[in-house]
Amino acid sequence: MVGKRLATIVSAGLSKFGRREGLYGRELFAEAAKEAYERCPNLIPKKDIKALFVGHMGESYEHQGHTGPTLADWAGLLPVQATRVENACASSGVALGLGVSAVFSGMYDIVMVGGVEKMTHRTTSDVTEFLAMASDFPFEQWHGITFPGLYALMATAHMHRFGTTEEQMAMVAVKNHHNGALNPKAHMQKEVTLEKAMSSRVIAWPLKLYDCSLITDGASCLILTKPELAKKFTNTPVHIIGSGQASDAIGLYEREDITTLEAGKLAGQKAYKIAKIKPQDIDIAEVHDCFTIAEIIAYEDLGFCKPGKGGSLVEEGATEIGGKIPVNTSGGLKSKGHPVGATGVGQAYEIYLQLTGQAEKRQVEGAEIGLSHNVGGSGATASVHVYRRG
Amino acid sequence: MMAETFPFTIEQFYKFVSERKLMAAKCKKCGTMLLPPRPMCTKCFSSDLEWVELKNKGKLLTYTVIHVSSKQFESLIPYAVGIVKLEDGPKLPGMIQWVEPEKISVGMSLEVDFDTTIPSEWPTWPRYFFKPL
Repeated sequence: MVGKRLATIVSAGLSKFGRREGLYGRELFAEAAKEAYERCPNLIPKKDIKALFVGHMGESYEHQGHTGPTLADWAGLLPVQATRVENACASSGVALGLGVSAVFSGMYDIVMVGGVEKMTHRTTSDVTEFLAMASDFPFEQWHGITFPGLYALMATAHMHRFGTTEEQMAMVAVKNHHNGALNPKAHMQKEVTLEKAMSSRVIAWPLKLYDCSLITDGASCLILTKPELAKKFTNTPVHIIGSGQASDAIGLYEREDITTLEAGKLAGQKAYKIAKIKPQDIDIAEVHDCFTIAEIIAYEDLGFCKPGKGGSLVEEGATEIGGKIPVNTSGGLKSKGHPVGATGVGQAYEIYLQLTGQAEKRQVEGAEIGLSHNVGGSGATASVHVYRRG
Repeated sequence: MMAETFPFTIEQFYKFVSERKLMAAKCKKCGTMLLPPRPMCTKCFSSDLEWVELKNKGKLLTYTVIHVSSKQFESLIPYAVGIVKLEDGPKLPGMIQWVEPEKISVGMSLEVDFDTTIPSEWPTWPRYFFKPL
């Protein structure tokens, strides 16, 4: 028997991900909130929603901090308690965890969680600099180590230790682009061939352009209620039955083993324990593929395969739609896009669609248990949630 | 002035770098090496620490060659960075210089050298780097 319901998703919204010229982050958040309200006609947002937790990584992009109340305003929720969460790329996974805690503790009956990032109006070198702020400044950034550079250091170590290949990493990109082509909200809705991925320009060897997630604009949100209230708002609830978060040293170089993300493993184990399930019970997962190597490491950390076998798992097709454990049916960060603050709740949105049978061309038939895995920086934060169809 | 009286800070680590010294904090109680240095041992919580000079040799654990960087490093592209396991134990990330990227390999021996140029604005830190033995 699976674990108890911690909180229930009664509605969800996601802005179109992509290059959203002329829009501010707050306007994208209003787009996501509007979808969530329209899916949930019995909800009176101003009256019912008692708190907002939003992920937002960087003030630099829009020269805008203090995002909690700003987004509450644009979502029509003033004067609700509004809190911005910053845990790098895991900001909204962490916001989701806080929302679950707020509901499960009994503090609030109904809350909104979400996230936002507006990135594409800045140059690539600016974005590279802003993203690097999630890594250690005095020893990593100061010595020219970029964000793709950190994951490249993990990839080199993984290749050296386990024989993982550049082709296997490219296969993650091919799979996720295939899925993204089926997702009308994805940033890049087009297939890519293995040859094209392999021959794309080098960003941080061994990582090439198609090993890297996209610089994307987007926003995401969920409405969470205590489980007993869910039926008032929806016939298709999705229950959150596991929630785990863990931390590690901010500097990659300080960690014992860089072929794994210890925080990812611990967050997963904690979420599995609370949910009373095992990795083999998962029908569908959205994992943090900020770089293709990160998806391979996530398979291993979450127990979908043994350590070192992540490359083989994607090569065998086990993580494709129709495979044993479909991963990143949305297209993932690779193809759906990675508006960093919006990503964690964006992953939950896909699980919500899949478990309620609304994922259209990419629907995984009969999916009952889902998982989302959201990582901050090079792994100093990881947040994992487990979901069950209501 | 005894080295022990210097504060156990990152600022002080880089002051030592400007003197061409690679220094780490060591807990006198449990022996843990702290690099980056910290004001308190994060293993046993003791503040009874000392600065120790590290041998400037180590082995390359992993590396990458950066082709897209922030503005600050654009003039150096492509450049190699890696994580080195020092002979004395701690690991340190940094640039690998004075070698063609194609000749770099995991496990190779490297030594630490110093560029003691100090920037005029914050952070006024010099840089260490790695080069082949």
